[in-house]
Amino acid sequence: MLAFNFFGATEGGLFDINATLPLMAIQVVALTYILNSLFFKPVGNVVEKREKFVSNNIIEAKNKLSEVKKLEADLLIQLQSARTEAQRIVSEAENESDKLYKEALELANNEANASKEKARLEIESQTSAARDQLSKQADDLSELIVNRLILEK
Amino acid sequence: MFFNSLLTNFAALEVGQHLYWQIGNIRLHGQVFLTSWILLGALLVFISLGTKKMENDPKGLQNLLEFLWDYIRDLARTQIGEKVYRDWMPFIGTLFLFVFVSNWGGALIPWRLIKLPSGELGAPTADINTTIALALLVSLSYFYAGLSNKGWRYFEYYVHPTPIMLPFKILEDFTKPLSLSFRLFGNILADELVVGVLVFLVPLILPIPVMFLGLFTSAIQALIFATLAAYYIGEAVEEHH
Repeated sequence: MLAFNFFGATEGGLFDINATLPLMAIQVVALTYILNSLFFKPVGNVVEKREKFVSNNIIEAKNKLSEVKKLEADLLIQLQSARTEAQRIVSEAENESDKLYKEALELANNEANASKEKARLEIESQTSAARDQLSKQADDLSELIVNRLILEK
Repeated sequence: MFFNSLLTNFAALEVGQHLYWQIGNIRLHGQVFLTSWILLGALLVFISLGTKKMENDPKGLQNLLEFLWDYIRDLARTQIGEKVYRDWMPFIGTLFLFVFVSNWGGALIPWRLIKLPSGELGAPTADINTTIALALLVSLSYFYAGLSNKGWRYFEYYVHPTPIMLPFKILEDFTKPLSLSFRLFGNILADELVVGVLVFLVPLILPIPVMFLGLFTSAIQALIFATLAAYYIGEAVEEHH
């Protein structure tokens, strides 16, 4: 065995290199295999499984989020078109009702005018009829007066 | 002899003393294996408790282990690169955990209460054998990573910007394990010695900030070791264009 005896002793010393060295090396190599099967592999499996799980979930969540955003934009467009459509319908209905109102007003005015005219004509005819009758009665009366005067004489 | 006796007697520290185990012809530093078995046993118990019932919604220990896993993955991924970090993550993670547990275990557990016939228990990373073993494993790893990913083209790295770099790159293959092992060894041993000396001189209060500094250094050393190992592997597998 190699033996550097820096401190003068025939045996021992700080730099006493012997079979401890190869045996310790073998022990460390064995420890590597033991720790690999006992520690590095099982813990690695668990950690990597979880990392995969987490990253999958993140990707899924991102996909869902982008889908939600797309749907939101779609809905916004739909909402806008519905709004303009509603506005169009409302203004159309307003125009329609305005037209109907004007028509009805005109109709009513015309009717009123016609019945007013009719009534005036009737009044006029009745007035003339009454006047005719009155003048006829006056004629009758005057004839009667005249006849009586003639007879009394 | 003088240095040895000075160091071993000073501050009642036992520096360079080992508990020798003799198996046939080979000799081992028993205290290193004892502490490493205790600490790694605790680590394995901790990890098996945390991974016993894994759920999709982590609770308690699983949370901590997942945090640790994530930390190691980030370290490996930033240094090695997206393509091959998976193959090397267990190795980098094991280096980090081994060094971290050894450093902190050495600093936090009052090993000195356990008397050994010779030497004393402490951080396994305060023994040069451990750190050289780790550093050589790193060297083998980056060679293997480079050769298995790029085949013989791996050696283009040695002449990469210009062939002038060749001697320096070859030298680097020796300085990398050397610096890795000595950095860790030196830091942890120095921390143990400073705390030991201070405890001997002023047994109250004064060592506490140094102990906290030691914990900080220990954690940083674990991070540095793992990061450098990952960086060397990343350098070996990197594609030049």
